[in-house]
Amino acid sequence: MAETITMPKLGFDMAEGTLVRWVKKEGEEIQKGDVLAEIETDKATVEVESSASGTVRKLLVDEGTAVPVGDPIAMVGSPDEKIESIPTPEPESKTEKTAPAPAESGPATAKPEPVTAEPAVTTPTGRVKASPLARRMAEEKGLALANLQGSGPGGRIVKRDVESAISAQPTAVSSATTAPAQAAPQAGAALAPLPSINAEPRQDQRVNLTKLRQAIGRRMTESKQQFPHFYVAHEYKMGQLMALRKQVNQYLPDGEKLSVNDFIVKAAGLALRQYPNLNARLDGEAVLRFGAVNVGVAVTVPGGLLTVVVRDADQKPLRQISLEIKSMAARARDGKVKPDDVEGSTFSTSNLGMYDVENFIAIISPPEAAILALGSAREVPVVQDGEVVPGWRMKATISVDHRVSDGAEAAQFMQALATYLEEPLRLMV
Amino acid sequence: MDKSEHLDLYHQMVLIRHLEENAAELYQQGKIGGFLHLYIGQEAVSTGLISARKPQDRVITAYRDHGVAINCGLSANEVMAELLGKATGCSKGKGGSMHMADPEKNFWGGHAIVGAHLPLATGLALGDMYQGNDGVTICMFGDGATNIGFFHEAFNLSKVWNLPVLWVCENNQYGMGTAVNRASAVPEIRQKADGYGIPNERIDGMDIMKVREAALGALEQVRSGKGPYLLEFLTYRYRGHSMGDPERYRQKDEVLKWEEEDPIGIYRKYLTSKKIASAKALNEIDTQAEEEIKQAVEFAESSPEPAPEELFTDVYVEEV
Amino acid sequence: MTRITMREAISQAIWEEMERDPKVFIQGEEVGVWGGTYAVTKGFYDHFGPERVRDTPISEAVIVGSAIGAAMTGLRPIAELMTINFAFVAMDHIVNEAAKLHYMFGGHFKLPLVIRAVGGGGRQLAATHSQTPDVIFAHFPGLTVVSPGTPEDAKGLLKSAIRSDNPVLFIEHAAMYQSRGEVPDGDYTIPIGKSKIQRPGRDVTIVTYCKGLELSLKAAEELAKDGIEAEIVDLRTLRPLDMEPVLESFKKTNRAVMVEEGWKSYGVGAEISSRIYEEAFDYLDAPIKRVAQKEVPLPYNRTLEQMALPQVPDIVSAVKEVLK
Repeated sequence: MAETITMPKLGFDMAEGTLVRWVKKEGEEIQKGDVLAEIETDKATVEVESSASGTVRKLLVDEGTAVPVGDPIAMVGSPDEKIESIPTPEPESKTEKTAPAPAESGPATAKPEPVTAEPAVTTPTGRVKASPLARRMAEEKGLALANLQGSGPGGRIVKRDVESAISAQPTAVSSATTAPAQAAPQAGAALAPLPSINAEPRQDQRVNLTKLRQAIGRRMTESKQQFPHFYVAHEYKMGQLMALRKQVNQYLPDGEKLSVNDFIVKAAGLALRQYPNLNARLDGEAVLRFGAVNVGVAVTVPGGLLTVVVRDADQKPLRQISLEIKSMAARARDGKVKPDDVEGSTFSTSNLGMYDVENFIAIISPPEAAILALGSAREVPVVQDGEVVPGWRMKATISVDHRVSDGAEAAQFMQALATYLEEPLRLMV
Repeated sequence: MDKSEHLDLYHQMVLIRHLEENAAELYQQGKIGGFLHLYIGQEAVSTGLISARKPQDRVITAYRDHGVAINCGLSANEVMAELLGKATGCSKGKGGSMHMADPEKNFWGGHAIVGAHLPLATGLALGDMYQGNDGVTICMFGDGATNIGFFHEAFNLSKVWNLPVLWVCENNQYGMGTAVNRASAVPEIRQKADGYGIPNERIDGMDIMKVREAALGALEQVRSGKGPYLLEFLTYRYRGHSMGDPERYRQKDEVLKWEEEDPIGIYRKYLTSKKIASAKALNEIDTQAEEEIKQAVEFAESSPEPAPEELFTDVYVEEV
Repeated sequence: MTRITMREAISQAIWEEMERDPKVFIQGEEVGVWGGTYAVTKGFYDHFGPERVRDTPISEAVIVGSAIGAAMTGLRPIAELMTINFAFVAMDHIVNEAAKLHYMFGGHFKLPLVIRAVGGGGRQLAATHSQTPDVIFAHFPGLTVVSPGTPEDAKGLLKSAIRSDNPVLFIEHAAMYQSRGEVPDGDYTIPIGKSKIQRPGRDVTIVTYCKGLELSLKAAEELAKDGIEAEIVDLRTLRPLDMEPVLESFKKTNRAVMVEEGWKSYGVGAEISSRIYEEAFDYLDAPIKRVAQKEVPLPYNRTLEQMALPQVPDIVSAVKEVLK
C-alpha cells in the first residue's frame, strides 16, 4: 500500500509551507530518510526527508505551491501498484496559495537582531589581524573589526569577511530602541555628494516583505502589545574573560576558536539554572518553568534573522557550544537550517557587539519570558584603586515579561551572570 | 711659431699655475670640496701638446684636468666656478674638479675612474673614422693608468682597428703614492706600446718646446692613417697626488730638485735666451695672469649655486 | 601582422634601423663574420660591411667604452655583450660612464647608444653564464633598462632604444629566441617606460617581465581551469618603471604575485612590492608573494637547474597562496 507523505509541521506554530523544489522525481527510488523535497517555511528553507522507502509514485503538488501542514504532498510505494485515489486535502485546512501569511502568528523563533559576532584573532600585541583593505572597508561601513571572524590565513580578516558581514547587516533593527540600523552602518562612510537642485523627481520604491519579515513583524507586534516588558541593564568587567579566551584559543585551530559570545551563552545557561523563573513562559495563570536550558542565539540571514538554539547550554562544554553555533549559523545563512536548529529555545540572546553597539534593548521572543541583549566588549576608562585606567567592559540589558518576573529577580540574574563572565574559570569547572 | 703664439703659450702656463695655486688655497678654506688634483709642475705637457692640435682634434684626459681645460680654451671663470660647484661652472656645478668638459672646444672631459676614458677615446676616434673626419683623438693619462685592464683593451683595439688615437702618457713617476717601478712590469711606459705594435717615444715633459715638437710629429703620423701612437712625457708634479696627500712616498729633496727644473722657468729661459721676449714682458704676463685668476675667483665666489631643481635635470635626455 | 620568432624580431629591428639611419652600427664579439652567437646578426656583415658590423676582440670594457665614445661624437652604436654575465667586466663603463656622463657634465654629452645583453638560464651553462642580474643595472639613475617578453615588444622597443638619445641597456633572454608571436608589419615603435597588461583578469595581479611573462601566461591557463582569472602586467621596461597599470590592476584584485628569473633577495619583485605597499596599502588584502630563482648559483645538472629556476607550478601555488 502506497504511503502518503504529507506537509510536515516544522515549527510548533507552522501553518503552511511552500514546496520550493522536488529533489526526487516521479519514478525515482527513495529510501526512508532520503531528502524528498525542499520546503520553505516562515523561517527558512528546510530539507524534508521521506518517511517511506520505495518508489516515488506521485508528486501531488507543483513546485512553488503553498501547502497547509498535514496536507498530502507525495505518494511513495512499490513501482507497480495501482494508485486508486489521490488523497485530497481537508477543506478546513485549505489556505490561499498566494504569498500573504496565514492568520496565525508567524514562527516562534524569528528574532530581529543580527548575527552573533565572532570576535577576531588578535596578535600578541592585541592588534586585530586584518588586511589593510579589510580594515578600510570595515571602517567605511562602521563595522568593528574586533567582532568579525577572519577566514584568511592565521584567522586574518580579509575582504570577503567584511563583505559577508556587510551583506548580513539587517536593514532595520525593528525591536531596538536604538536608532534605525540604516544610520549605524554609514557611521564611517564618506558623505554622499550634494544632490543637484534641479534633480529629477525621485520615485518611491515598493519592496515586498519576505515571508520571514512578515513573520518577524507579527511576532514582535504581539510581543510588544501583550507582554509587559521591563528592562535591567548591567555592565560587565570582561578583562578576565578576554584573557582566558585568548589563552584558550592558542590551543584551538583556526575555524574553531571561541568567540566572546560562546562564553556568554554558557554563562547565561548556568545563571538560568539559578533563576529558573527566567527560563520560563507564562502559561495561563501559571509560570511554566522549562526543564531544559536551551539558549537561543540570533543569527542574521538573508531577508531577516533566525534564532538558532543551543540545547542544554548549561551542560555543554564551551567548545561544543561554539562548534554548534558555528555550524547552525552557517546552515541558517545558507537557507539549509534543520528544524532542530531553530526549535525549542527557552531563553534568547542577541549580540550587536560587532557593530560597535554600546548597548541596546531587545523585544522578548514569544512565548519566552526574557531576552538578553549584548553590546560590544570594549576598552574604556575605569576607576581602579582611585585611578583611571583602561579596562574591558561590556554592557547588557535583559528584557523580561513582568507577568513572570520582576526587577529584583532580573537584577539578581544579571549579577549571577556577572559571576560567570567576570570569573570565567567558573564556566569550566 | 711667432712671438704672439709663444706669449700665448706662456700666458697659458702661468694662468694654469696661478689657477692651481688659488684652487689649493680655496680648498684649504673649505670652499672646494671632494678631490682636488693639481697640475703644478706638469704645465708644459698639456700646454705644449694641445698647442700642436688642429681644431678638429679631440682632447680627453683623466682627473688632473684643470690645466687641460684651460689649454683647450675654457675660461678661468668657468673652471673656477665649476671648482666651487656653482651654476656658472662648465658642468653646471654637477661635475666638479674631475669632470670639466666642453665638446664645442673639443674637450671631452675630465674623467675620474682611472683608465676608464681610454675606451671612450677609442670610441671618439672610431666616431671620426666612421664619419670620415680627419680629427685625431688625443688621449692623456697617467703612468698609473697603464696597469689597468682598460688601458690594455683600449691599446689593443686602437691598433686592431687602426684608430686615429694619439695616446699620451704623462709619467709623473707616481701613481698616487706608488712609484712607477713598484707598479709597472716595465720601467718605461712606452715599452708597453711595443706589446701592441704601437710606435712610441719618451720625451722630456718639462720642456714645452720638446713636447710641442714631439706632438706635432706624432699627430701627423696618426692623422695620416698610420694608426695609433704613444708619446710618454716624463714630468713631475710638485704637489701631492691631490690635496691632503701627506707625500710620505717621496723625499722633500727630490721635490726640490724637480722644482729647479720648473717648466715655467725652463720656458722663460728659452724665450729670453732666444730673445723672443724680455723678462719684463714675461713678468707682465705673469702679473696679468695673477689678476685674471683673482677675478676668476671673485666671479666664482659671487656666482649663484645651482637651483635645487637642477638636482633632477640631465639624468636623462628629454625625449621629444 | 606576421608570426615571427623573438630572434627575427630583434634582428629585424636592428636591420631596419641600420637601413634607416647610417649613424647606426653594431659591434661586439662575433657579430660580424660569425653572424652573432645567437644568429641575430646573420647576414648583416655581407650586407652592411665591416665598418658597420664590427667584430671586436674579447674586450667588453672597450666594446662598451668605445661605443660610448662613438655615441659622444653623434653616432648611434649598438654594443652587443655576448651574455650579460660578461657585463661585469664592463661594469664601470655601463654604470659609471654611460649612466652618468650626461649628468656629470651638465648635459654636455648625449649618449645615444644601446647595449644589448643576453641573460637568463636553463641551458645548463652553469653559474657564471646563466644569471639574470637585471636589477643591478636597473638600480642606476641615468641608465634605461628594457627587457621585453614578446617578439612584438622586442622589435618595437629595440627600435625605440636605438632611436633614443639616452643610453639603453636592452636585455634579451637566451632561451627565448625561439618564442613566437604576432608582430605588426612595417615600421612601428613601442614607447620605452610603459608597462602593459598582457592578460586581463580579476582575481590576482601577476607582475612580471621577460621570461617570467611566458611562465606566467602558462600559469594563468592552469589557474583558469580552477576558475581563477589572473591579470598579468608585463613591465617591459625596468627603468624608468611604469607602476600605473600595476597599481590599477592591484586596486582591482587586491592580491599580487611577482614573477622574475633573478633571485628573490633585492630583486625586481622586491621593488614592485614595495611600491605597491607604499601606494596602494589600503587595497592590500594579502601579503604579496615573490616567485624567483632559488638563492643558489645556478648548477649545471639539468634537474637541479630546473629546480632552481622558477617554474609554472611555483607561480600557480603562489597565486593560490595569496588567494587564501
